[in-house]
Amino acid sequence: MALEAKNIYFRYNNKQPWILENRTLKVEKGECIAVFAPSGYGKSTLAMLLSGYLNPIKGQILLENNPLPKSGVCPVQLIYQHPEKAVNPRWRMKRVLEEGGMLRQELFDTFGIEQAWLDRFPHELSGGELQRFCVARALMSGADYLICDEISTMLDVITQAQIWNVVLAEAEKRNMGIVAVTHNQHLAERIATRIVDLSHSENEGLKER
Amino acid sequence: MKVQRRSINSRTKVVSLSIIIAVSLAFVYMFGILIPDGTAAGSFLNAKQPPSWEHLFGTDALGRDLFLRTLKGLSVSMTIGLAASLISAVIAVFVGIMAASGSKYADAFVNWIIDLVMSVPHTILIILISFALGRGLKGLLIGISATHWCSLARLIRSEVLQLRTQQYVAVSRKLGKSEGWIMTHHLLPHLIPQFFVGLVLMLPHAILHEASISFLGFGLSPEQPAIGIILSESMRYLSAGMWWLAVLPGLVLVLIVLLVDQLGEQLRMIIDPYSAQR
Repeated sequence: MALEAKNIYFRYNNKQPWILENRTLKVEKGECIAVFAPSGYGKSTLAMLLSGYLNPIKGQILLENNPLPKSGVCPVQLIYQHPEKAVNPRWRMKRVLEEGGMLRQELFDTFGIEQAWLDRFPHELSGGELQRFCVARALMSGADYLICDEISTMLDVITQAQIWNVVLAEAEKRNMGIVAVTHNQHLAERIATRIVDLSHSENEGLKER
Repeated sequence: MKVQRRSINSRTKVVSLSIIIAVSLAFVYMFGILIPDGTAAGSFLNAKQPPSWEHLFGTDALGRDLFLRTLKGLSVSMTIGLAASLISAVIAVFVGIMAASGSKYADAFVNWIIDLVMSVPHTILIILISFALGRGLKGLLIGISATHWCSLARLIRSEVLQLRTQQYVAVSRKLGKSEGWIMTHHLLPHLIPQFFVGLVLMLPHAILHEASISFLGFGLSPEQPAIGIILSESMRYLSAGMWWLAVLPGLVLVLIVLLVDQLGEQLRMIIDPYSAQR
């Protein structure tokens, strides 16, 4: 049981060089992979491809040996770097959460979401608070895989630790697979069971000729 | 410690100004509607009188009180303007959404239609449509509605295009929401302010077009006290020195149009987040 990128090629238009060229990546359930690379190596693109926001030009994204579902709730959920862009600015937080599924008290406790926040608008919460909502929303949908695209980059270290503790605990509880895209090598070493460096083309399992 | 009180902040000023404008427009409108049809009817005994305290705007060649007739005419023009801009704004929303969410061909087609309609001067197009439909209220309404939706449709199209690339819309899709659900829950609420501002800013155009088309004789029939009719009747007496027949109703029309336009601008300022703090 795994989420797999099989020999994928991607570029944003035909005149550009490949951003991702013949990449292969496999995440098992219960595993946490950190994808690590300097800017411009296609980390975010890989995250979007894995979660089905973009389609590879060549190659396949396979979930349990099938292509990702086109409609319905996607079992692979992406969490963005900027939570304030990932929520509708005109919605109260309660509605934002409800988009993911049924509200449960237990989830508020896990994420440290306070009842008072539910009636607020996104711009009335801090980045860390918002990011908790985004993670909670993704988990409420019952996802099996979580793609985290630099979800803690703009947070201070304490909030960063809090968010990751919750994500890792939940992932363990539900036996989820996680792909964490990050700039931060220390974070990568801390959370990941395996680190993949996109800048090294001969990396472990990532690029196979 | 005494804190120096600032003068009322600009947002309060904008809001109260728009309320004042809206109330005065509603007052003029209601006043015009509430005047019974017979009131303006005068006798030939006091025909062609210049403005006085008894007849504020004077009387016309048939002895009718021009002030009452102008108010009545304004409310007729405002009704037609409002109806036409409402229809136009609804068309604009549908067309804009269609252009933005449909295929590339639908978008190209809609843009082509918009360019086509906008490239013909409005007045000429309205005259053609109104004339083809047998003039009168129906022709005028359809003519004005069919020509005023273009710029708002363009605005709505670009707004929808921009909204559809938002991350929260993409997330919504991945959370299993259908296109229809996204349309009603994510997109339409964002369009409501655009719709209302567009509607109010369209209103003065519609009123002016109604007046000018009626003035040219392609709109309402002469027995209706529309402002365009009043102005076109006055033409015959202008050379006889009866200036008040044209000047006073014309001034009131300009005033009302400016007020409505101001209301639209104020509304735009209230809704536009970038001017919210200024």
